[in-house]
Amino acid sequence: MADDKIITSQKFMEELRRFQKGSVTRRHFLGVTGLGLATAVLGGAIPGLKPRKAYAALSGTVNLTTWPNYHNQENLDAFTKKTGVTINMNVFGSNEEMLAKLQAGSTGWDVFVPTNYTISTYKGLDLIEPLDLKLLPNYDVATQDQRFTSEGTIDGTVYAVPKNWGTTGFVINTKNVTQNPTSWKEFWDLAKGPLTGRVMVHDYQLTTIGNALKAFGYSFNSNDEKQLAEAEKLLLEAKPHLFAINSDYQPSMRNGDAWVSVAWTGDATQLHRDMPEIQYVLGKEGGEIWTDYFAIPKGAANKDAAYALIDWLLTPEINAKEVQAHGYPSTDARTNKLVSKEMLENPILYPAKDLLTSLEFGAAATLTNPLRAEIMARFKSA
Amino acid sequence: MSQLAPASRSKTVTALLVAPAGLFFFFLLVLPLIVVIIYSFGARADAGGYAPAFTLDNYANLPARGQAFFNTLTLAPLGTLLTALFAYPLAYFLAVKASPKSRTLLLVLVIVPFWTSQLLRYYAWIMILGSKGIPSWLAYLGITDLRIINTPWAVLIGAVYGFLPLMVLPIYVSLEKLDKRLLEASADLGANSWRSFLQVTLPLSLPGVATGSMLVFILLMGEYILPQLLGGGKVFFIGNALVDLFLQSRNWPFGAAVSTALVAIMFVTIVIYMRFVLSRGDVRRAALV
Repeated sequence: MADDKIITSQKFMEELRRFQKGSVTRRHFLGVTGLGLATAVLGGAIPGLKPRKAYAALSGTVNLTTWPNYHNQENLDAFTKKTGVTINMNVFGSNEEMLAKLQAGSTGWDVFVPTNYTISTYKGLDLIEPLDLKLLPNYDVATQDQRFTSEGTIDGTVYAVPKNWGTTGFVINTKNVTQNPTSWKEFWDLAKGPLTGRVMVHDYQLTTIGNALKAFGYSFNSNDEKQLAEAEKLLLEAKPHLFAINSDYQPSMRNGDAWVSVAWTGDATQLHRDMPEIQYVLGKEGGEIWTDYFAIPKGAANKDAAYALIDWLLTPEINAKEVQAHGYPSTDARTNKLVSKEMLENPILYPAKDLLTSLEFGAAATLTNPLRAEIMARFKSA
Repeated sequence: MSQLAPASRSKTVTALLVAPAGLFFFFLLVLPLIVVIIYSFGARADAGGYAPAFTLDNYANLPARGQAFFNTLTLAPLGTLLTALFAYPLAYFLAVKASPKSRTLLLVLVIVPFWTSQLLRYYAWIMILGSKGIPSWLAYLGITDLRIINTPWAVLIGAVYGFLPLMVLPIYVSLEKLDKRLLEASADLGANSWRSFLQVTLPLSLPGVATGSMLVFILLMGEYILPQLLGGGKVFFIGNALVDLFLQSRNWPFGAAVSTALVAIMFVTIVIYMRFVLSRGDVRRAALV
């Protein structure tokens, strides 16, 4: 069935009748309808029914907490096939939400994907395990781009290993937008006037306030009260003109309701892949650059499987397939060698050097600043 | 061992009957509510969460979410009213006009939408209200550039759609019990059908309207998904403020204070509403006798 077409319901019923009448064998029926394959897949999902070799010690389920559109399903399926461990994927909308769940306790997570600026907080609250790199034989620190690994290591102990990096810019549908904005200043000016009702921003204080600060040329991480007050004024002016405040912007960009949205690298890659008229812009004032890491929460129930899954996803051949699917650049030189040339030359993934130099990594203090939380609440309720 | 006296046995039976629900409410409602109230006097820990303290700061800070309270306290009653206006004719048709044969089928149809997850149905409404949905059909009629999605109107449409069955069923029940002889008497005494409706049917069905409104109002006051999905994050209810306070800025004590205030506002509103409805009901009943 693997390379076969999906059977139609009519054909299925015909085959079922034939099977019931005894004119075909059970094997033919299961093969032709795909039920045999379905049964085999179900069987594979139940640990204990499958023979295992190299991963004999692994079993059960591994709970992976991650972001939307962030993995290649083929890789996850292959892991389950190889190890017998079922992957239960949880998708989150923000780092704060992940932190809040871990702070509340008993999440049942085995692997999660925190962003660079949260790791020190997790360590401070004693919520993550130090990692034993011997259990990650396919991870090689020497081939990592050092810009993107530093925040995973605290006081010489590794708490998280990098998954991929990315930037925060904005996507723009060039079919509908004739202007050619290149800066955050122009982004907000368009949002407030000519593109009223067509622009989206994240439901995320870090990027929304950060990119409003950039319009004035301030730091993305500024916690200065005066500068934040200016950013708030801009946000409140723009609010009535925005299409939505939502971090899930792909659907609205795809169906044409929104024409411009603050966006992360991979969403831009995915949108551009399907709709070439959608372009990605990094504001020339700067903005955010970030790294997402794999980490294991304290008290993870299936630690062995957690290590196996991280190691699997960081294996260069597998990681290259991940990159191909999610469209975020890898931090690993070995992986980059295996990624298609087309992708390596894609400016959405690898922006020009001069655009990258003005970008800033988000800071822990930016994320937890109470004043920023209040500004976001006032912006959303205005 | 002597046998239990009848009085104490009936007490035991009562206790056994009440115990399951009582324990359930104690552990899952009363205790959590006490925790919320204790937290509301605490302070935010440095990295977020709760740190023990005794302060009224969180209550003093409530005006910082004043706009969210205002949005909720205007849109929730408005949504309830609209739902009642749409539900009443339907309930009336089902109870009075529909043939007994088709009635069961129609009642099932009212409940059918509940078979699909609320979340999925709201996602469908995002498409229906988006620019390729209703606005694009209205464009054929010359109404152009109409924006519905991500406005308070979309939230209200979603509220009417989502909560209609909860309003229809109680009204239907109160109309169905209506003694038809009262209408005959009303006609005999010279009232036309409109007057009979206003003076007999409507007052007698008010308890159903009251129950339905209560259900819808309480649910709307705590709504979070509806403004998030159909309001595009631009329509901010207290529910959204709470989600942000607990999951984003992790200011649990302030979140607890906002929750306590919400519960208090709901409690007061409901008490006033019930008193009003009950007193009116008594007057009508007295007038009928």
